[in-house]
Amino acid sequence: MAEKKPLIKEFTKGIVKENPVLCLVLGTCPTLAVTTGVSSALGMGVAATVVLVCSNAVISALRKVIPGKVRIPAYITIIAAFVTIVQMLVKAYAPSLNDALGVYLPLIVVNCIILGRAEMFASKNKVLPSVLDGLGMGIGFTAALFLMGSIREILGAGTWLGLNIPIISSNPILIFILPPGGFFVFGMLIAIANKLNNKTVQPEEVGCAGCPMSDKCSKVKGEECAE
Amino acid sequence: MSFTNLVGIFLAAILTENYILVKFFGICPFLGVSKKLNTALGMSAAVTFVMVLATAVTWPIYTYLLVPNELDYLQTIVFILVIAGLVQLVEIVMKKYMPPLYNALGIYLPLITTNCAVLGVTMLVLDKGASDASFGYVASLVNAFGAGIGFLVAMIMFAGVRERLENCDIPKSLQGLPITLVAAALVACSFLGFSGIVDKLLV
Repeated sequence: MAEKKPLIKEFTKGIVKENPVLCLVLGTCPTLAVTTGVSSALGMGVAATVVLVCSNAVISALRKVIPGKVRIPAYITIIAAFVTIVQMLVKAYAPSLNDALGVYLPLIVVNCIILGRAEMFASKNKVLPSVLDGLGMGIGFTAALFLMGSIREILGAGTWLGLNIPIISSNPILIFILPPGGFFVFGMLIAIANKLNNKTVQPEEVGCAGCPMSDKCSKVKGEECAE
Repeated sequence: MSFTNLVGIFLAAILTENYILVKFFGICPFLGVSKKLNTALGMSAAVTFVMVLATAVTWPIYTYLLVPNELDYLQTIVFILVIAGLVQLVEIVMKKYMPPLYNALGIYLPLITTNCAVLGVTMLVLDKGASDASFGYVASLVNAFGAGIGFLVAMIMFAGVRERLENCDIPKSLQGLPITLVAAALVACSFLGFSGIVDKLLV
């Protein structure tokens, strides 16, 4: 029983407290790109979650086998393998989702959340906590995408999962679906998350904490990246 | 493919298909390194360089190695490893033979491996080639170069905007990243004005 509480924490921390998108600000590219609609946002979230859970499990199981020096290429290979599997599954069973996500589906490989969790969590923990961590982070990612997708689709297209929303659907605010709307909604959501967390914001808070290259990166940006 | 077409592809990659502001590739370096003008310049130069080089290598690999052997489903895994290896190789060669260039770009190179703009451009040019047979190797390289220049333009513009932001009185919750994203939204708005401008050159 003593073990159980931390395990649940590994799961829940990713959803709210350390939400990868809104608090750690990782994986911004897909967040902005696929949230023009709820269905593509959900599809992206689920695909990334599957990759995250599987890669976390395998990397954690192999953590004592992979030599430290080549760990990043090894992680990338493992992640790329799972992304390829997910890509083939989506192509076979959900071709419309494949069209909606386009090139962003293979780009899950370079999503900082996945490599970041591999480096920061799975490489140091046992399989079960790693899987829970991956699941929690994945659900947090999906939830953030779902929220952004909902806001942008309702305001920008006047629909929600294809359902017409009265009043707005006759006069949608098109710019919310266009790229500037993505930046704007994302900025506002982070501002709200900051307000709710009541944290004093450091001026430079881009998602470098999970970046596997942060040791090299710190040369570029001084101490900003030292977590 | 005529010269006008290539110019059209180049301009489209910079203006209407801008990789940062329209396609959302490479947002991390865009937000992280755009604070000072010279780091923004170094980063975008390195990205442009790797984009062209990566496209130059992955295009033949995909067309002549993967497709004839029906291995095109391995695209993702092959490309990311090729790019990672390439970046490492470029870093070593640069360090040995071109120290000044290494000092200018070297520190940005390792960051680029996990930059989705590079992987994105190598895949998107293949998508374009699949739907339009005339979009060959040269057009792909021009597109990759244009994408890099577009990256540079967006980074430099945004570095200027951010230097101005430093002096502004910003509400507490919006400080830092949120106001940066709102500023990015406005910069992206300006790029919307270019939509449709290059279409005539492409036909």
